[in-house]
Amino acid sequence: MRRYSAFAVAREALRYHSGWERAWASPEPKKKYDVIIIGAGGHGLATAFYLGKRFGIKNVAILEKGWLGGGNTGRNTTIIRSNYLQDPSAAIYEKSRSLYETMSQDLNYNVMFSPRGVIMLAQTHHEVRGYQRTAHANALQGVKTEYIGPERVKELVPIININGPRYPVLGGLWQDRGGTARHDAVAWGYARACSDMGMDVIQKCEVTGIRRESGRVVGVSTSKGEIDCDKLGIVVAGHSGVLADLAGFRLPIESVALQALVSEPIKPCMDVVVMANTVHGYMSQSDKGEMVIGGGADGYNNYTQRGSFHHIEETVRALIETFPMISRLKMLRQWGGIVDMTGDRSPILSKTPVDGVFINCGWGTGGFKAIPGSGYGMAELIAKGSSPLTDAFSLNRFKEGRFIDESVAAGVAH
Amino acid sequence: MSTRLSTHGRLIDRSQTIKFTFNGKWMRGHPGDTLASALLANDQMLVGRSFKYHRPRGIVASGAEEPNALVNMGKGPTFEPNQRATTTELFDGLTATSQNHWPSLEFDVGEINASLSRFLPAGFYYKTFMYPRAFWKHVYEPFIRQSAGLGQAPKDRDADTYEHFYAFTDILVIGGGVAGLQAAKAAADSGAKVLLVEQSSAWGGRAMVDQVDSETVNDTPVDKFVEEITAELAAMPNVTMRLRMMGAGVYDHGYVLAYERLNDHQPDADGPRHRLWRIRAKQTITATGAIERPLSFAGNDVPGVMLASAVRDYVVNFGVSPGDRTVIATNNDDAYLTAIILKKAGLDVPRIIDARPEGGGALMEEAKALGIRVDLGRAIAKVKGSRRVTKVQICNQAGEGGVLDEVACDAVAMSGGWSPVVHLWSHCGGKLLWDEGHAMFRPDGDNPPRGASGEGFVRCAGIANGAMDLAAVIADAHEAGKAAAKEAGFTPKRSKAPAATSRADAALLPVWLMPQGAKTELRAKSWLDFQNDVKVTDVQLAAREGFESVEHTKRYTTLGMATDQGKLSNINGLAILSDALGQPIPATGTTTFRPPYTPISMGAIAGEARGEVFQPIRRTPMHDWHDANGADWEPVGHWRRPYAFVRPGESVEAAVMREVTNTRESIGLLDASTLGKLIVKGPDAGRFLDMLYTNMMSTLKPGRCRYGLMCTENGFLTDDGVVARIDEDTFLCHTTTGGADRIHAHMEEWLQTEWWDWKVYVANVTEQYAQVAVVGPKARKLLEKLGGMDVSADELPFMGWADGTIGGFACRVYRISFSGELSFEIAVKASDGQAFWDALMEAGSEFGIQPYGTECLHIMRAEKGFIMIGDETDGTVIPQDLGLDWAISKKKEDYLGKRAQERSHMTDPNRWKLVGLETVDGSVLPDGAYAVGPGKNANGQRNMIGRVTSTYHSPTLGRGIAMGLVQHGPDRMGEVLEFPGTDGKTYKAKIVSPIFYDPEGEKQNV
Ligand SMILES: Cc1cc2nc3c(=O)[nH]c(=O)nc-3n(C[C@H](O)[C@H](O)[C@H](O)COP(=O)(O)OP(=O)(O)OC[C@H]3O[C@@H](n4cnc5c(N)ncnc54)[C@H](O)[C@@H]3O)c2cc1C
Repeated sequence: MRRYSAFAVAREALRYHSGWERAWASPEPKKKYDVIIIGAGGHGLATAFYLGKRFGIKNVAILEKGWLGGGNTGRNTTIIRSNYLQDPSAAIYEKSRSLYETMSQDLNYNVMFSPRGVIMLAQTHHEVRGYQRTAHANALQGVKTEYIGPERVKELVPIININGPRYPVLGGLWQDRGGTARHDAVAWGYARACSDMGMDVIQKCEVTGIRRESGRVVGVSTSKGEIDCDKLGIVVAGHSGVLADLAGFRLPIESVALQALVSEPIKPCMDVVVMANTVHGYMSQSDKGEMVIGGGADGYNNYTQRGSFHHIEETVRALIETFPMISRLKMLRQWGGIVDMTGDRSPILSKTPVDGVFINCGWGTGGFKAIPGSGYGMAELIAKGSSPLTDAFSLNRFKEGRFIDESVAAGVAH
Repeated sequence: MSTRLSTHGRLIDRSQTIKFTFNGKWMRGHPGDTLASALLANDQMLVGRSFKYHRPRGIVASGAEEPNALVNMGKGPTFEPNQRATTTELFDGLTATSQNHWPSLEFDVGEINASLSRFLPAGFYYKTFMYPRAFWKHVYEPFIRQSAGLGQAPKDRDADTYEHFYAFTDILVIGGGVAGLQAAKAAADSGAKVLLVEQSSAWGGRAMVDQVDSETVNDTPVDKFVEEITAELAAMPNVTMRLRMMGAGVYDHGYVLAYERLNDHQPDADGPRHRLWRIRAKQTITATGAIERPLSFAGNDVPGVMLASAVRDYVVNFGVSPGDRTVIATNNDDAYLTAIILKKAGLDVPRIIDARPEGGGALMEEAKALGIRVDLGRAIAKVKGSRRVTKVQICNQAGEGGVLDEVACDAVAMSGGWSPVVHLWSHCGGKLLWDEGHAMFRPDGDNPPRGASGEGFVRCAGIANGAMDLAAVIADAHEAGKAAAKEAGFTPKRSKAPAATSRADAALLPVWLMPQGAKTELRAKSWLDFQNDVKVTDVQLAAREGFESVEHTKRYTTLGMATDQGKLSNINGLAILSDALGQPIPATGTTTFRPPYTPISMGAIAGEARGEVFQPIRRTPMHDWHDANGADWEPVGHWRRPYAFVRPGESVEAAVMREVTNTRESIGLLDASTLGKLIVKGPDAGRFLDMLYTNMMSTLKPGRCRYGLMCTENGFLTDDGVVARIDEDTFLCHTTTGGADRIHAHMEEWLQTEWWDWKVYVANVTEQYAQVAVVGPKARKLLEKLGGMDVSADELPFMGWADGTIGGFACRVYRISFSGELSFEIAVKASDGQAFWDALMEAGSEFGIQPYGTECLHIMRAEKGFIMIGDETDGTVIPQDLGLDWAISKKKEDYLGKRAQERSHMTDPNRWKLVGLETVDGSVLPDGAYAVGPGKNANGQRNMIGRVTSTYHSPTLGRGIAMGLVQHGPDRMGEVLEFPGTDGKTYKAKIVSPIFYDPEGEKQNV
């Protein structure tokens, strides 16, 4: 793989960039792989990457029905934080956040991780107490966060209205090493690195069947034919229920549309990410200058990647309360993704009732931030059958009632 | 130069002059101008800078597709960035400034990027800026952010207002060109209710420019036809027509969003600035026209290079000539019209460069007859000039760009053909077909967006549907109108479409690159996306690097991600991509079309609901009294509740302490009206409540109350409250303040989805009552003084209730206590609330009565060890964790959550359970602190063994008290735990019983 650098770009400039090679290969599937990963979203690709990197398992195919990164990985609002409340969550999200810190260098691909800081606003007494609790927990979990007062919030976010008539800002939970990253670059960087390790990233290859023999997976049927494997990872977010069905088991997952929108680009006016959970909306400014805005998920299940407009309305309304100046910006584009929600709003990283089949799903509205950590743990789970990062997230927890409920700490989890 | 002509200008009123400023310079225009036409009239072609390379940018288009002419407009509370000059109507006093440059539009240091553009190809930032690591956040990113972004950020609160409309119509027609008018007419003739909307300020659309002089409908000139049909429609009672209203988005189930700009063109007028329409239409017709495509040749971004249609729009509509000498470059007949119009207006057209070897049809002959030279099979090799076109170099279209000729000029009018506006069709899933003949995507009528019935609910009409000439447009629109009416359940009139004439055009030649074999140097200067600076070479680079999906290319190069959302660039870009990949254009496909069609204001989206009315504040009947008596307000759900009643000179904390002591020693008054009150009624009410509560409710006797717990299906405690049985069939369930709506919905959900055959109704009567808790050892004395019903312990024992009167007020009294004191919760009619409260206060003064707030309530309940939903519970706690086993019926076969509570983790003896906590030194434990055990877990986190759920200073005990959940806590009485604070200190607390005050309950049961 040719290394990317300013020097390489300069050299190529002299010949009008005619010498750049493909970022990833576009192979036809082989007959058989040690491991097949279904879904070339961030989680699928990161899982493959760490299978190779940590465990030397490189005879791997990643099968993608559309274009890689085209699911939620390429549709999300890219908030990265690890100020979660419950131990298992804090562990995997903080591992993930710390991997984001060096991802550009690890992948030799600039994913533009921008640890600009994330504030979650407290706008009710209940939220104040909730975030004080999270700050206590985070300190013991090795996650650096801080509960801050309204003056500090205003200092960090000059455009905020802290004295709103309806929900004045009472304080906030501040994580200074949280932030954002460029979502496409994460998928592309991993795809390039996987391809470089000799793995096959196969796009436009939809899995239509999961073949089993005596309770064990032997391969998949795809739009590009039959492919055999020893182990199979299902990492398809909103379509997890569909794939589980193909494998003959059911999942406690509901798929709903989550939407986001951007404004037209303006010059920098907000340097941090702000989440306002009471009013239900959050906002950051992209490096292009667009205000990136998101809110809550639709209340009904569906698979169309669209949502209902009234959610956009509620979100924008909430954010105008929080940031009055955005009233005079315009919405450029709205879109939606199908997110996979579990009952306790925590992910599933688990073995399944089918031997050799593993599943990684349930990241719902907030899994972009988890991509490297999830891949790191999931690879271990597939390679060794267990991982401290993933064990708490097994499917069994629903049977045992061992929920990992994060809604406790924040109404909106992104 | 660009200038105002003495002829043409059908939209402007030359009798009046209005003044405006651009970058501080005063300029003049006429009513009817757009900001863009007025700028051109003042020879201001250079209007902005591009996004990435900061290249000079001029006006390219005349409508919504304009990518360049974006300006900052207004000042202070009416400032707005990124206003599109081509769709901004001029008004007197308008102030505009150009964007994205420093220090000035003419001299922008950012332009350095342009000379370095070779080093900054598509996606270069993914390959660079990685080392050293810390530089991204502190050096590279701030630099990139500062040079990106377009307009300035508004600073002030918006001074304008906005509103929402809801409209229901049989047929919605979007677009008021000839197609939209004809479709609306055909639909309305059936009697159907029609709403017709047009984004601009005039009816008739392109035909008013393009076909006025040459063609007829029903033997009348086109402008006459438009005038007549507009008048006919306006006279029809079943038709509503709106100008300045854009179809913004099409959503599932025939829901359409439209955006009306009421006052943008008259900012001093009263009323809302924008109005957002939420329209439910049985059928929607999009007659949204088409957008001309630029041509990709080197230097096609130099100011002065414009769309051919825009050039003639400026002449015909506004009497403005973009240039004195305009070269035309085209691959189709349409652009000849521009040449003819310019020539007839007395302007110079030195050359028409037609890429087609055979040239065009009748229009070409007409142009030639006017003496215009036409070069066939030729292309523009390069446009020269930096801030304005100075000349073009001409080459063979078939070659690599070897220059054959040069022509001096100050404008270039280009046309690469037309693309139907299919956005609204596509928003909700309408599919597209590739039309080889016209080299364009058009709607696939067999695959429309479908509604619940499976039938399509959108159809397209006119050129938006791919009908290319006037006769076809009118006929298509007529049929669309009739078909929509029929689909909406009406009988269309038997009628034929008006007969129109048509131009006979020669075929277009698809030209995606000019010249066909352009060398790299030329391709690297051939712009696809003018705003985002995406060149032909960028798309080719993306293809080479494996970004084969059109979505990948878009994201890698930022093609089509500008504020015009690719209206000009997308088709050209994907043709280049297809070519690079060696596949036909339809195999590449388009990117997804997403709402809105053009950007709409956030203000309009939010509508009226802002400030105080953002969400309605709910007020109890005594709200104003509280406010006048020192209430320190706390938002609870949508309510405001007094946290404490603070006296002058007193701190909030001191007020709380006073309230606790006063209530425990004499008497306190709490406004409990916000607590949820749900009536559950019907023969199956008892059975229903047995399923909802963990307790047995069906055995409750009328006249009695019972404290009940509600769990989710997963077993977690979700709400609590006192249930009173009113009569055999009727229960009144109290919920928490925040829980009323949620629990009401929860009950309805179960009744509607699971137990729909049970005879039970639920009604939320929370706001029908004012409820006051009279609390303290002197409570009974006060009620007896007021007189009325018997409130003695014998008549009204603890956990009983009775109807009666007190002090003349009809009321219902519940003997329940959340404080551990003798307590009566008294409900009166909401309208009696304030008078009743006044009566209590007045009569109570001799007993030392004082009102108290929520914090006092919290402390008193904590002293008694009563749990609080949201404090002791957080969605992960089951009643068994809280020592509430006594409230869980063992006799019932089932209740919501029962099965879940039998799961292994729920019955684990190691669960965290409720205890009391006493700091060793009497101080107050920090809220939310965790207790730590020895060591760390597998992920390196400190082992946690418990946490603080409620913590207060108790004035009654004179020390800090807390409740907490601790790993098998009740078995560990007396153990001292360590709680590290976030302040660096470690707090020590002993595990004790959670009941700190009156453990025998002697005080409440008197
Ligand atoms: C609007 C929105 C905003 C969000 N904001 C945030 C945020 O700010 N922060 C955050 O952390 N998270 C956020 N999220 C959540 C985050 O995007 C997701 O949790 C995360 O991207 C999921 O990644 P993934 O790899 O699991 O799924 P995806 O990226 O969806 O990848 C799954 C892939 O599986 C493929 N696939 C499906 N079925 C098949 C099949 N049969 N065969 C082959 N391939 C198949 C799909 O095509 C897809 O590419 C947001 C999500 C949305 C929709």
